[in-house]
Amino acid sequence: MPLNTEPAIARPDDFYEALIDAHRDLTAEQSAMVNARLILLLANHVGDMEVLREALARARAGV
Amino acid sequence: MDRDYQTLVLDYRRCDDQAAAVPARHPVVVVGAGPVGLATAIDLAQRGLRVLLLDDDDRLSVGSRGLCYSKRTLEIFDRLGCGQRIVDKGISWNVGKVFFQDALAYRFDLLPEAGHRRPAFINLQQYYLEGYLHDHAAALETLDIRWRNRLVGLERLEDGVELTVDTPDGAYRLRCDWLIACDGARSPTRALMGLESKGRVFRDRFLIADVRMTADFPTERWFWFDPPFHRNQSVLLHRQADDVWRIDFQLGWDADPEEEKKPEKVIPRIRALLGEEREFTLDWVSVYTFACRRMERFRHGRVIFAGDSAHGVSPFGARGANSGIQDADNLAWKLALVLEGKAPDRLLDSYASEREFAADENILNSTRSTDFITPKSPVSRTFRDAVLSLAGDCAFARRLVNSGRLSVPSVLADSPLNTPDGDAFAGPMVPGAPAADAPVRRGGAADWFLAHVGQQFTAVFFTGGEPLAAETASALAGLAAGPIPVRAVLVVPAGATAAAAPGLTVLEDAEGLLALRYDARPGTVHLLRPDQHVCARWRSFDAGRLRAAVATATCTA
Repeated sequence: MPLNTEPAIARPDDFYEALIDAHRDLTAEQSAMVNARLILLLANHVGDMEVLREALARARAGV
Repeated sequence: MDRDYQTLVLDYRRCDDQAAAVPARHPVVVVGAGPVGLATAIDLAQRGLRVLLLDDDDRLSVGSRGLCYSKRTLEIFDRLGCGQRIVDKGISWNVGKVFFQDALAYRFDLLPEAGHRRPAFINLQQYYLEGYLHDHAAALETLDIRWRNRLVGLERLEDGVELTVDTPDGAYRLRCDWLIACDGARSPTRALMGLESKGRVFRDRFLIADVRMTADFPTERWFWFDPPFHRNQSVLLHRQADDVWRIDFQLGWDADPEEEKKPEKVIPRIRALLGEEREFTLDWVSVYTFACRRMERFRHGRVIFAGDSAHGVSPFGARGANSGIQDADNLAWKLALVLEGKAPDRLLDSYASEREFAADENILNSTRSTDFITPKSPVSRTFRDAVLSLAGDCAFARRLVNSGRLSVPSVLADSPLNTPDGDAFAGPMVPGAPAADAPVRRGGAADWFLAHVGQQFTAVFFTGGEPLAAETASALAGLAAGPIPVRAVLVVPAGATAAAAPGLTVLEDAEGLLALRYDARPGTVHLLRPDQHVCARWRSFDAGRLRAAVATATCTA
């Protein structure tokens, strides 16, 4: 199963707002911790190593 | 009663070789009388070979150093005939706890399934291990141990090696057919040959302390990440024999090793962990660094490297001494066959390839543990702490916590010595796997499977308990007569009474676990190497096929 980069979230603006809200009033260090925990939780949910590797490569390639 | 192995002085004695006009010739010289050198020398000598073991010192290990010995290592010591004393003195443990800051983050239990002779791990100070191995070695007639014999020169000959050995009476020369370098991480043999062990050096320092105290802590491995008493670093507490406890403190790269070893620095650190009330004495302190590295090749002609000389790992995971003992286990039978002229010397290339593969596996695991324990960048630290903070609530995160992946033996699945499966099998006993133990009965008495396999090639033949056809019995017994003898072991179901056939060991599968672990049915045959690794298996017995597999496993095909 390849990494899905087509729209999959029904209400993208709701998600984006929730993402930013999750970091409200946090220091940069606390935000980094939230992001790290979020990545770990989502990565485990995805579970598929092939998809995870593709996402890691894709994320890094754009930086 | 145990001797005090830490103060035992092993006497230097002048020997005839030192006065010889022509350098004396020895079939095998082992350099370094640490656990790996001793195990190698014992194994070779017990195979009837004349072995010379050289050590540059006259003392055994000082301080606990190597600490955790795995089930597989204990099984190897059993095969060598010195396992029981080691297990009796050692501290068996199964439970590990991992703390993050001031809370328990994760608990693991290595308790193996029932029906194995040996526990997952024992803890035992290296000086006891070396002391017991030395006591065993000293009784072997064909093993000559020379203390304060330091290797200072090495010249490779067409058919062997010439050594220059320095002693309190000056230097002398000797020659050997094979040189086994078990002389540690800073191997003088490696240096004399201009060879390197390459890899990753970790910029971190650890304080290791042996603390003597009576404490009612449970016999568990306790590991702290960032505890209140040692902020931002890791700490390990582990029990050893004689009420001695091992405490490891991560110090960071900038710590001054000489300063950190001073009791006035060490004692407050220990008090912070144990509390002000606890009485203890400090037995031994050291500050260490480590690297994960290996030599590119473990065999260089007639010089063979084993243990820390060949490969190094971080201490997390107890993969140093254990893998070294497994090197010895792999090497001795092969070298014996080569020295007896029964196998070509390329059999020793399989020592190199199999143990290089194992070293890579150990280095991979130990590097991953080290990256988790001592994160080397801010983001690595953040992910590490994120894992630890999730571990309390989320099962998946507990699987990511890595305070050391403890030593398990390698499955040599790609070894050229294996005969690939032709029949269908399930389960872990694939060609290349170390043989699993199981309880058996022999002549009605409780016993263990592994006590009857190994040392030489062993064919394990499972039956349903029916009488063995006469030609099968004689073909099995006849395996002992080949150029490379194969012992035949007959396994019968619990309660079956197989008539003892001449030349056959009959084992009753006491709890049915043997058939289960080997996915065996009546007729199934497993061929085990002298080091107890499976090298072939079939659903039916055929003497010709079995002989061919022995030939494959000895490079004599």
